[in-house]
Amino acid sequence: MAGAAPDSGTSAETTYRSARVPLLLPTWLVIGIFLILPVALMAVYSFLTKEMRGGVIWEFSLAAYDQFFINRGLFGDEPPSLEWTYISVFGRSIAQAATATTLCLLIGFPTAWFIATRPPATRGVWLFLITVPYWVNLLIRTVSLRFLIRENGPLNDALLGTGLISEPLAMINTNFAVQLGLFYSYLPFMVLPIYAAVERYNFTLSEAAADLYASRWVILREIVLPIVKPGIIAGCLLVFIPSMGAFLAPNLLGGAKNFMIGSLIEEQFKRSLGNWPFGAAVSMILMSLVLILLMLYARSMAKTEAR
Amino acid sequence: MALRSVRHYPSFFSIAMLCLIILYAPLIVVMVYSFNDSPSITNWGGLSLRWYFDVFTGPEAPRFRAAAWNSLTIAVLAATIATAIATAAALAMLRAGKFKGRSLTFALINLPLMVPEIVIAVATLIFFTMIGFTTGYLTILIAHITFCIPFAYLPIAARLQGIDGSYEAAARDLYATRAQSFWLVLLPLMAPGVISGYLLAFIISLDDFIITNFVKGAGMETLPTAIFGSVKQGIKPNIMAISTLMLGVSILFVTLSYLINRKGRQSP
Repeated sequence: MAGAAPDSGTSAETTYRSARVPLLLPTWLVIGIFLILPVALMAVYSFLTKEMRGGVIWEFSLAAYDQFFINRGLFGDEPPSLEWTYISVFGRSIAQAATATTLCLLIGFPTAWFIATRPPATRGVWLFLITVPYWVNLLIRTVSLRFLIRENGPLNDALLGTGLISEPLAMINTNFAVQLGLFYSYLPFMVLPIYAAVERYNFTLSEAAADLYASRWVILREIVLPIVKPGIIAGCLLVFIPSMGAFLAPNLLGGAKNFMIGSLIEEQFKRSLGNWPFGAAVSMILMSLVLILLMLYARSMAKTEAR
Repeated sequence: MALRSVRHYPSFFSIAMLCLIILYAPLIVVMVYSFNDSPSITNWGGLSLRWYFDVFTGPEAPRFRAAAWNSLTIAVLAATIATAIATAAALAMLRAGKFKGRSLTFALINLPLMVPEIVIAVATLIFFTMIGFTTGYLTILIAHITFCIPFAYLPIAARLQGIDGSYEAAARDLYATRAQSFWLVLLPLMAPGVISGYLLAFIISLDDFIITNFVKGAGMETLPTAIFGSVKQGIKPNIMAISTLMLGVSILFVTLSYLINRKGRQSP
């Protein structure tokens, strides 16, 4: 184990072979104890009985999943049918995340392309400008957006000033605001991976196609898109996944009606009036959806590489 | 001419400009209004620094100062520990040959990026509650170390991958021990990646709201949770001053990381 172990020549690739376990132990322990174990416990909690003041009673119960999926009427005496309340919260969250992803792609792809085709000097400046918001506190960005689009806010003032509208638009506390917030929050996450893919793209392919009289839009669709697809998919995942579980945008920009999965989960853990097993069950369902998405992504990537 | 036309698409420039406007408009507006000499957030009352003085000396100053101190110390500790753990992991992943469990370990390192934040928050809360550990500061620190590991790991591993093995081999040929060749040769070469990883972990810890909000316990605040608490009662001008200050910190960090990376690319 110690340094006395014979090194295989002086190859740097294996220098730390004998120290592998001690070098990796901290990572295994920290992520194992403080992430995997908690997630496993959360899975267990979702099958326990709720206690009235928050927390759980250690008794097996399917009540949490039952509450999520099955409607037995207000007094629990009606014939069971599918419960739509929570499924529709998921449906709305997924739809909003999908719309945010589409909007980010529509703005993000041309932006990433534009940056990647700048000369190296100006490219750095553009990248810097896109990276800054990526590093700015998401809470502050969301609060700023709330300030900008509120009823008496600068955006409404500006629109009134230009005479485009005659009374302030009610943007805040609407679905539109949540949608805008998700788009705004994760836009840089779309630009950066697509940029990385376009930057590696070999433009002589486009030139060859152009020489063969392909139009620019045909080149973009038939040649560029298939090649930079991994970057686009990565960007879409980076926008879609956090959008689905978002908490700040619906909470600070939406009203009581624009509830998303994040708020549904958070409510279950507010002191005293929560339902921990139910919150754990909703978290499990969200996590399963995300992991399925990621597995599909990994499989499609493996297929692309095999080709 | 062909070269120009396949690279340039009409309207892409306008869309890129639109992208910048969308990203910056809210931030610039808040920055401007933070200098507003008026207790109302709607009317403009001339330029002034009064809300900055209010942040440091006003009625809410002690609360914000305590929260800022917590945020800062947690970010320094979490980034330092996560960077050390990630550096060790990068050595084992890239300089210890192939081994069984390597891809599993890679998945483990990236796990905090794949599980949605709110799920990590719930799981961590349940875990700490179950073992009866609800001290606040320490629970936040532990949670931050955990999710900072992949953010520190990625730039460090990217840098290490680009360093040719011949430097260490030369050091070992000249009878440097493994420790000497690490501290004197490999670590200085890795430095840009390590610093980038540290800065990224620091800013990620400083920014975190959701996980902190779940595990902080009563009475404990970091800057984001304190700001969130204030904003829930309406946006006040002092919040805009704090936001502008935090914006400044973020810009400073991106600039630093950008400069370090550029310098790193010039040296081997």
